[in-house]
Amino acid sequence: MISLEHYLIVAAALFSLGLYGVLTRKNAINVLMSIELIFNSANINLIAFSRFVSGDTEGQVFALFVIVIAACEAAVALAIIMSLYRILKDVSLDEASVLKG
Amino acid sequence: MERLDTISSLQYFVPEIVLVFTLMAVLVCDLVSKNRAPRERRLLIVIPSLIGLVVALSYSLQGSEAVSAGLFHNMVAFDGFGQMLRVIFIVTSIFVLLFTLHSNELRLVHHGELLVLLLTVTVALIWMANSINLLMIYLALETVSVASYVMVGYLKTDRLSNEASLKYILFGAVSTGTMLFGLSLLYGLTGSLDLFEIRSALSSQEVVASSGPALMVILVLVLAGIGFKMATVPFHFWCPDVYTGAPTPVTAFLSVGPKVAGFAVLIRFFYGGLASPSEDGASWAMVGSVDWQTMLMGISVITMTLGNVGALLQTNMKRLLAYSSIAHAGYIMMGAVVLSGEGIQAMLAYMIIYLFMNLGAFLVVIVVHNDVGSFDIKDYAGIWRRAPLLTIGMGILLFSLMGIPPFAGFLAKWYIFSVVIDAGLGWFAVIGGLNSAIGAFYYLKILKTMFIDGSDTPEPSTPLALQPLYAGLLLVLIVPNIIGLLLWGYLDRVTEFSQKLLDAM
Repeated sequence: MISLEHYLIVAAALFSLGLYGVLTRKNAINVLMSIELIFNSANINLIAFSRFVSGDTEGQVFALFVIVIAACEAAVALAIIMSLYRILKDVSLDEASVLKG
Repeated sequence: MERLDTISSLQYFVPEIVLVFTLMAVLVCDLVSKNRAPRERRLLIVIPSLIGLVVALSYSLQGSEAVSAGLFHNMVAFDGFGQMLRVIFIVTSIFVLLFTLHSNELRLVHHGELLVLLLTVTVALIWMANSINLLMIYLALETVSVASYVMVGYLKTDRLSNEASLKYILFGAVSTGTMLFGLSLLYGLTGSLDLFEIRSALSSQEVVASSGPALMVILVLVLAGIGFKMATVPFHFWCPDVYTGAPTPVTAFLSVGPKVAGFAVLIRFFYGGLASPSEDGASWAMVGSVDWQTMLMGISVITMTLGNVGALLQTNMKRLLAYSSIAHAGYIMMGAVVLSGEGIQAMLAYMIIYLFMNLGAFLVVIVVHNDVGSFDIKDYAGIWRRAPLLTIGMGILLFSLMGIPPFAGFLAKWYIFSVVIDAGLGWFAVIGGLNSAIGAFYYLKILKTMFIDGSDTPEPSTPLALQPLYAGLLLVLIVPNIIGLLLWGYLDRVTEFSQKLLDAM
């Protein structure tokens, strides 16, 4: 029997992997993929909680909204990466370093 | 508190509806005027946007103190606080729209999409500041973010603009993703997305006893998202880079709009979900097992210190103003930690004054860039001889940002410090005061460059080119800083009813 804890462990693992990827990857596309992992870990949480804790559909509706927003964000991010690629001929984050934080 | 359904909510939602229709109309106007001359086409999109914003503003100014309601089945709040913020956002948007008209950076690109994006962000900012549901908070925050990523990268062929945009979107997506994970855990802990239900769930004894570490983790995760919007430490790294790379009118917008909305979300989230109001609604007490007041205090102290120290080292005007805006976020946050209606009022008064002084400073940056073509502080040398009035104006704005009496910035700081002292946090106000002293140093450095440097060059100086529109706008932005003292009673009265949050009425 799969319980709430199993879902939460998967979600936490995905979140950690995503965060690790964001912090270590140098390729903008890879960072974007890691960000998707973070969003989807939250989705697993929301749906699991909706099923096991609250018993209503609020969490599932939230997850649907998150999927839409994640798609929008990915589209905008890819467009920006494309536009930067036209200038730099590269998608590595090391190249995009004229502005230093 | 009244809980309204969709149809009866609409009467309180007029400014937002006006703005949504305006942005669709502008999009259509832009498309149908495709074959006209650029100048004519620009008028055809700028005028409808302005009309829409002004109509929305006039509707938002008819605020009523008596009504407070949860619109759309408690998704969006309608209360004094929200009405005040609505005015702030629309006024900011009007100023920024006028800033874009003669900016040299935006001269070669078409304005249509920029205005549509600006209007989109304005509507989303209003939603963001009034959300009282986790889903709505997330949705509004992402709408603001996605549209502002594009605004930052609006100069498609400019390397800096693209880089800034990439940094902004990667940093923003990670922060909001982290916040989303925190929100999902909060939903699991309390079983609801509604902030007021979350509060009652967190008040129950068994949840308090068992949820300590979980709630701590949730708050840290959620603060990542809100902190990103407010640009507070440790989520401020994007701020100097994005402010430098973005077109200056967009920078001016980012430094006011999303920052103010971030603070609004902070208030809504913490005062709505994690604190319960007293009988008269003038103060709040924390619920749950986490002492978030101390957490926010720590963030505020670190934010203003790092912001001010970071600004000392800058040689680029936009980066310097970015760090200065980080420091101001720290000051504004002081009003959020005292858990009283007075604190909220002081915050709002600070935000209103900050709007004028910060937009003014950025407008001077735009004007100087139009003529000199540079953002380096060293290129500001000798401006005094070329444009004495502009320099004096900048001086007033900088003195106001510094917090020197009798300018409005001093009143804002004094108000917020006095609220903090009243709450028995004297040391906190002292840190704020010390920080203002550090801040004075770099603001004075700019003034020194403008007034003294380059005054010994023998060549005759030509007057600085200043468009009449910008001159007028500067006047509008500077005057409130001078007569702040006279306007104070009015400001106090206006912000008075804004300290009533939805749940406390």
